[in-house]
Amino acid sequence: MIYLDHAATTPVKPPVLEAMLPYFTEYYGNPSSVYKLAQRNKKTLDDARAVVARHLGAEPKEIFFTSGGTEADNWAIKGIAAALKEKGNHIITTNIEHHAVLHPCQHLEKLGFDVTYLEVDGDGLVTPEQVEQAIRAETILISIMYANNEIGTIMPIAEIGTVARAHGVVFHTDAVQAVGHLPIDVKAENIDLLSLSGHKFYGPKGIGALYVRRGVKLPSFLHGGGQERGKRPGTENVPGIVGLATAIDLAYQDLAVKTARIKTLRDYLIDRIFERIPYCRLNGHRHQRLANNVNFSFDFVEGESLLLLLDIEGIAASSGSACTSGSLDPSHVLLALGLPHEQAHGSIRFTLGEDNTQAELDLVLDKLPVFVERMRSMSPLYEDFVQKNS
Amino acid sequence: MYSEKVMECFMNPQNVGEIENADGVGTVGNPRCGDIMKIYLKIEDNTIKDVKFKTFGCGAAIATSTMMTQMVKGKSIEEALKINNEAVAEALDGLPPVKMHCSCLAEEALQAALWNYAQKNQLSIEGLNPPPNYVAEEKGSTEEN
Repeated sequence: MIYLDHAATTPVKPPVLEAMLPYFTEYYGNPSSVYKLAQRNKKTLDDARAVVARHLGAEPKEIFFTSGGTEADNWAIKGIAAALKEKGNHIITTNIEHHAVLHPCQHLEKLGFDVTYLEVDGDGLVTPEQVEQAIRAETILISIMYANNEIGTIMPIAEIGTVARAHGVVFHTDAVQAVGHLPIDVKAENIDLLSLSGHKFYGPKGIGALYVRRGVKLPSFLHGGGQERGKRPGTENVPGIVGLATAIDLAYQDLAVKTARIKTLRDYLIDRIFERIPYCRLNGHRHQRLANNVNFSFDFVEGESLLLLLDIEGIAASSGSACTSGSLDPSHVLLALGLPHEQAHGSIRFTLGEDNTQAELDLVLDKLPVFVERMRSMSPLYEDFVQKNS
Repeated sequence: MYSEKVMECFMNPQNVGEIENADGVGTVGNPRCGDIMKIYLKIEDNTIKDVKFKTFGCGAAIATSTMMTQMVKGKSIEEALKINNEAVAEALDGLPPVKMHCSCLAEEALQAALWNYAQKNQLSIEGLNPPPNYVAEEKGSTEEN
């Protein structure tokens, strides 16, 4: 199989799994207990927290483990809304956020909050000026993703952080696609809250974290025991936390070398798709994008049918086309870029990983033009286009 | 997520193409929902002698187009009108709930093509109503659509 869906999830790396395994059967103690077996795990948690903090430029006390990115996003957004509702009711975000940010914002709107969804440009970017212009006296939170999961566009986070700090507004970033892939320094970038998820960088599923800058008052989202200094109750997922810490450590090892290699492969794929397939469009910024993201719309064809054909050849990719997600609406991200509906339905996302090779991409490049041609030959939209241009 | 039958019809689609000087042509759907189906009919002596389709859509849309065209080929107009979306879905060993609209589209596309045939020949076909998503279509005359 050729796996090209690393933005959806990644396999757990063998050293990560190896580090986790003893914590299921051997070191299974509850870190809150008093005996040695348990206290050993308390130390394990402290070490893991320090590793995660170090890679983000944070302090260990600022890292809170969660069940994943969705929980971290929900906690950050709903938590700040609850904490600062006396100060104001205005939240700024963008129209291409992940649903784990958009849906909490929509939920808050029902509770009386006012949300500004900044409109991205054709490449999926918002500018720091746009953010600044949207700030009002009652603005309590700015939540803008670090990098987009569908199109890979990287937002100017440090510049937005500067604006947020200057206006004294709390700044959250959903960095689920960025952590482990881009160097991040929460202090230098003036980030107050940052969400991350382990399984996006070769760690396990079901574990993530929220960075909360010291001094930011964030009430608990769950209520229960005293774990995570009372902020996030529930017995710690020790194997998951060990896996997350091991994975983030490996991810940031030789990051520049790995990124350069994947970027070369990405550009190889992009350039050859443009060469071999007419009437297509690269979605997302050409350069300011994640090193592993390739997202194309192929005119006159629908994405899911291409995915099915690729799957039969053992190629795993993803589609912005909603057909795959159980809803019929096309991707909100592609519509936000200004794509017409038929193009938004015709997108394919390839997200590369550390193990992909050029030979694998060559196979994709052999098959994809044939499949696009085949679906176009069945398409009434292509028929209309040919007639109009003949 | 799809039955083997759906995948078979998707992988080996039948009756794809156009019919020159078709007796009836019908297009339904729109890019917004992600499916567009266009049906061409050749009708002689009240019988569907030939049928072809062009479809923009997902795997289920291609499969239902194939199945529906296979089911109505050779049938009288009256018999063809009895083939509804449930029959098409059933012949495909079922569709995921979210894809049932594809089978409705197949039924509507057939009705649109038959409606077009009836309009052109000033016929009144019992049980045939103008389909809800009907796009009036004569080759070369509806450039804007």
